[in-house]
Order: sequence, then C-alpha cells, then structure tokens
Amino acid sequence: MSFQKKDLISIKDLSASDINYFVETAKEFKKISLKDIKKVPTLRGKTVVNIFYEPSTRTRTSFEIAQKRLSADSLSIAISQSSVVKGESLKDTLLNLEAMKPDAFVIRHSESGAAHFISKITKASVVNAGDGINEHPTQCLLDIMTVAEAKKDFKSLKVAIIGDIYHSRVARSDIYGFSKLGAEIYLYAPHSLLPRITEYGGGKVFIAKSMEEAVKNADVIIMLRIQKERASYYFIPSIEEYRNFFRLTPELLSKADKKVMVLHPGPVNRDVEISGSIINENKTHIFKQVENGVAVRMACLYILIGYQKLNG
Amino acid sequence: MDKLLIKNGIVIDPLTKTEVKRDVYIENGIIKDLPAKKPTGAKDGVKIVSADGLIVFPGLIDMHVHLREPGYEYKETIKSGMKAAISGGFASICCMPNTNPANDSEEVTRFLIEKAKNLDLINLFPIGAISKGLKGASLADIGKLKEAGAVALSDDGNPVEDSALMGRALLYADTFNLPVISHSEDIKLRGKGVINEGAVSERLGVIGMPSIAEDIGTARDVILAGYYGVKLHVAHVSTAGSVNIIKQAKKTGAKVTCETCPHYFSLTEESLLDYNTNAKMNPPLRTEMDKRAVIEAIQDGTIDVIATDHAPHAKDEKDDTLDAAPFGIIGLETSLPLTLRLFHDKKISLIRIAELMSLNPAKILNISGRGSVSNGYIGDITVVDLNKKWQFTERGIKSLSKNSPFIGEKFKGKSSFVIAGGKILKEN
Repeated sequence: MSFQKKDLISIKDLSASDINYFVETAKEFKKISLKDIKKVPTLRGKTVVNIFYEPSTRTRTSFEIAQKRLSADSLSIAISQSSVVKGESLKDTLLNLEAMKPDAFVIRHSESGAAHFISKITKASVVNAGDGINEHPTQCLLDIMTVAEAKKDFKSLKVAIIGDIYHSRVARSDIYGFSKLGAEIYLYAPHSLLPRITEYGGGKVFIAKSMEEAVKNADVIIMLRIQKERASYYFIPSIEEYRNFFRLTPELLSKADKKVMVLHPGPVNRDVEISGSIINENKTHIFKQVENGVAVRMACLYILIGYQKLNG
Repeated sequence: MDKLLIKNGIVIDPLTKTEVKRDVYIENGIIKDLPAKKPTGAKDGVKIVSADGLIVFPGLIDMHVHLREPGYEYKETIKSGMKAAISGGFASICCMPNTNPANDSEEVTRFLIEKAKNLDLINLFPIGAISKGLKGASLADIGKLKEAGAVALSDDGNPVEDSALMGRALLYADTFNLPVISHSEDIKLRGKGVINEGAVSERLGVIGMPSIAEDIGTARDVILAGYYGVKLHVAHVSTAGSVNIIKQAKKTGAKVTCETCPHYFSLTEESLLDYNTNAKMNPPLRTEMDKRAVIEAIQDGTIDVIATDHAPHAKDEKDDTLDAAPFGIIGLETSLPLTLRLFHDKKISLIRIAELMSLNPAKILNISGRGSVSNGYIGDITVVDLNKKWQFTERGIKSLSKNSPFIGEKFKGKSSFVIAGGKILKEN
C-alpha cells in the first residue's frame, strides 16, 4: 500500500483505503510512544516547519512531539513574533521559508483554503492542521483510529455529531471520513448552526429531529465545542440556553448503545456542550483521542515525506 | 362529571367542511360523540343549552392580541381583554409580547399563563419575543420560552430590522418547531409616516408611510423563510403588494402563512379624512384597491387567518394630533361582526370563516385539539346569532380602551355565547 500525494489537505481527497492506510500506519507508530525510549530515526535529516496562524495547544504540541519522536528537525513559528505582524503576505512568508528547503509544512490558519493555497506554492509536503471552518484532516484520522481500536466494522456504525456543525472543521472532516468508511452520520444542532446543504459525496448523512434521535442507539457520539461568540452573531441566544437544550447529559447518554464511545476534539466547555460528570466518570475517549493524535501525526509525516523521497 | 349538550344548532366544522344541524355533546371539557341514549336533561346530569336558530362554530381564536399586562394595565388587563374577547366571540386569544417587561423570558410567559389560569375565563396563549427586550439585537431565550408555554415568537410592533437576526431566528425557532410571526416592514422607509402615503396623507398634510415599506418587509421575510425552508407567518397584511408576494411564495412551496385584520377589508384611508386618531394604526388603512386585494386574498386562500391586532390605548393618548397619537385600535368586539359582513355580502362561506378564525390559527400555532367541532377536540365553542341586529356603542365596549373607528356602526350578527373547555361564558 502507498499514498500517492505530497500533501494532506482534505479528507475529501482520500479513499477509504487511503484512510485505512493512514490509520494502520498510525497503529504501528503508536507503539513507539509506549516504549521506554520514544524515538526512531525515521525522519532524521528532514526539516519540518510548523506555522500556526491561530492559537492551538493540543494540535501544535501533538505535531511537535510527533516530529521529535521521528527525529525530524522541526521548528514552530509563532505568528505573533514573525514578519506576518509586519504585514508580510501569506505567499511571501511561504516563499521565504521555502527557500530554506524544508521537507514539510504543518499549517493551521483561520482562513479556509489556506493549506490548499500553500500546497500550490511549495514543493514541500503540506499537512493541514486545520483551515478555517473547512477541514481538520488529522483530527478526523485520529477520531477514526480511536473508534477503529474498539469497533471492527464501520459499515453499520451510527455516528452522531452534535454541536456547532456549521463552523466546525472537525465536523466536516469527520462527516467525510466516517461516511467514506460506511458509517451512518446523524447531525444535530440548533438549526441556525446546521450546514445549509447536507450532501457529502454520497455519504449516508441525516439531520436528526432531536438530540434524543441523534444519540439513540448511537455507537459513537462526537460532541463539538460551542464558542461563546456565536451568541453575538445570533446563532444562539445564549450559552445558558445552549446548555439547557444542546448539552449531552448522562440521561441522554443512557439512550445510546451500551458500548457507545463519546469523543470531543477539545477544548471542552464543561457543562455547556457536555456534562462534566460524563468526563469525570471516564465515559469519554477524549484522552485516547489525544494519545492517538501523536501516532496519527507521525504516520502522516512519515507517509507524506516518504512519498517525497520516492518521487522528489 | 360535567356534561353539556348544545341542542339544535347549525354546526360549522371547518375540518370536515360540513354545515349540519346537529347537537354537540361535551363531557369533562371534551367534545364527544352523542351517547347512544340521547341525554334529555338534568336527570341525566346533563346541562342543556339551546342553539335553536343559531350557528355553532369551533371556538374562535384571535392569534394577534395586545393585552397590556404587565406594564400598561391602564390600557387593558388580561381580565378586561378576556371580557372583550368573550363579548366578541373568542374562546382563545394569543397575546403579543410588547408588554413591560416584554415577554422575552420564561418568567413573563409563566406569569401570563398563571394569571389566565386563575381568571379561569377563556384560553390564553402567550407569544414570546424573537429578540431580547424586543430590541432586535440578540435572540431571546427561545427554547426556554417554548418550555414555559409560548406558542409562537414575534417582535410585533416593529420588524426585526437585521436580516441576519431574522434569518437565524427563523432557523433557531425551527429547532423547537416554534412558529415565527413577522411584523414585516422596512422601518427606514416608513420613517416618520403616520398614515398611508397617498391622496389622503397629501390632503391632510401629514407624513405618509408608503405601502411598499410593507411590501419590501414582506418580501424580505418571505424570501428568508423560502431560502431556509422554514415556516413563517406574516402578521397584519394590508397591501395588494404583500398579498401578491405571499401568493407567489405559496406557489413556489414556501411554508408561508399570513393574516389580515378586519379593518383592512372594511375601511380605507378615507376614514382618516377628519384626522381621526381612532383610525390610526400600523400598518395603516390603505386604498380601495388594497382593500379589494385583501378581500380577494381571503376568498382565494392566500390569506389564512383573520386576526384583530387588538391594540388598546387610553382615551387621553388617542385624544391628540394624528402625528402624536399612538398607533393601534381595539378589535376583539368587532372582528366577528365585520367578518360576518363578508358572509352576508356572499363573499365567503361560514365554513371559510371557521377556517380563518379557528382552524387555521390552531394549525399555524400547533394548538392541538382546537379548531374543529369533532369527537376528541377540546370543548371550545362559539355560538353565533347570524341575524341579530345591534349597534356598536362606546358604552357597550367591554375593553378598557375605547379606541375604535367602528363606534356607532350597525351590525348584523353577533356571538351569543362562548364555551371554553366546556364552560359557558357570556359577556353581553
């Protein structure tokens, strides 16, 4: 098996077997994180640049750890201390960095399509670490990996995605990813936070009529973060109202399948989109997701830079 | 066990579209098929009322009423409003949220419901605000309003000017299956207008409100509802333009319904020629052409509901110049007689009246068990004497406010009594 692209921009670009290839590779890399000496020489002599135009704790740390465990030379550019604040354009920043011959860029940007734009400029591999409201492919892969560790077959899986779907790059990637593997997706949100069109390349995607319908017999529940700012733009009345009507509670959770897996991409607003007690009682897979995130990012860098080696 | 038999009335049922002389039996507040052994009176424990020569409608519903409680009890209280409603033949009224405090919270909604329950007269269905404080700047806690018992949402009195807020309100309310009622108007275009812009405003030398201010507002709201595929009810349609826009929208499958008020099919801007502030309301009385379009729309089904927009104002407030007097007229006590004129003029049938004033409001507001005289429905009934001749006088008005352009008007047809939940109510 191999992957025939230099970049990972979008889950839309991946086939079901591509997704499985990334996940299977990640499972191998996960073993490294469990060893006493958590380092392999796989990417020795390779340079990876992380550019985060948006604040991030989890994703950025996860990528940096992945790079260190693969022995890559990596650096992270904090935008607040870069020429970007002096008014340099995205294109110029990238062309300058490109001249220093990195092998891969990991990019997080608040604008949708940023990773795609950069991938056209550079010969280096580009990993999309989240672009605007568009996609967050490595999050999707780590979600799939987390579920795949517990569920063999995705064909009959009911996956509920609940929350601010309209603004969620995680939701967009997950909808494509899980449905490509054959899962049925149930979306639930205040209707002001649903996408206008729910056609995802032939995937079985449904809009649930209620929170209860969404979680009933669900095998996987992915809760999304609601941002407080959404109230200022009329998407919701208030956080209090959101908490009252759109929070995953233990009562709702009891309607799901007995072996339901609860996922959340973080950061969590406890007792807004999910009851704190569900997390406290270890009923979520949040930390498993974070653990698998490192493995997935190792796999991505290995696969993409490996492709460069063969074709570059 | 409470048992009531309404005998020998001509029963108008809009659900089955029937008009048949029959008895109506109500047991414990619910309409039931007649028992096999027909009850004959007190010895069966059944109260019998005669509706001989009278018309039996499903309880009329006025889905657009301004009660002034809390905050402006000198204009109208829940109690005085209900008495006016009973006198006018209504078994249910829906109150708009522009009180003080505005009904944008579960507290106010619960207060209204509790108060109505204690009064134990007719049914009260509160309408909550779309935006907090009716200010058009952020969404009210809509889920909580629904939970407290609000049947719809509206910022009536003013449009939601911000299209993004209106659009998202429609979507968010749709999550809770709560209908949104729009006051559709371009408020900047209305400007300082006080009556319809046209021949009369020019003659009186007052600033007019162009009819297109309503048309543009209606178009925007209908386009929003159509685009998002959600329900919208347009309040107080008064122009030929709005009627047309709604007609077209319905043809394309938009989930739009609308109401008009009796004054828009009964009067024109001519009523303002002597600066009559009791004929000042918003939307304003329009032209003969608009009036004809509204009547046609009632006939062809474009207009779904007749509601009053009952808006009480104290005498001192209306006793002012046309510029200064507040918008609004009372309507609860003249709505049915004005609508019956359309029947007497052979413009609409009694079944159509029952649709416009009972079945359709119940459907639009998802008020279950109302709008029909059939087995299992709630025992809300309006009994009407079609031929009773009477005059509407200021002294006879039950509402606390007397601001009506119809004072002195002679009518044919009046409600005889109202039954709400099996209980007989009379205010005449």
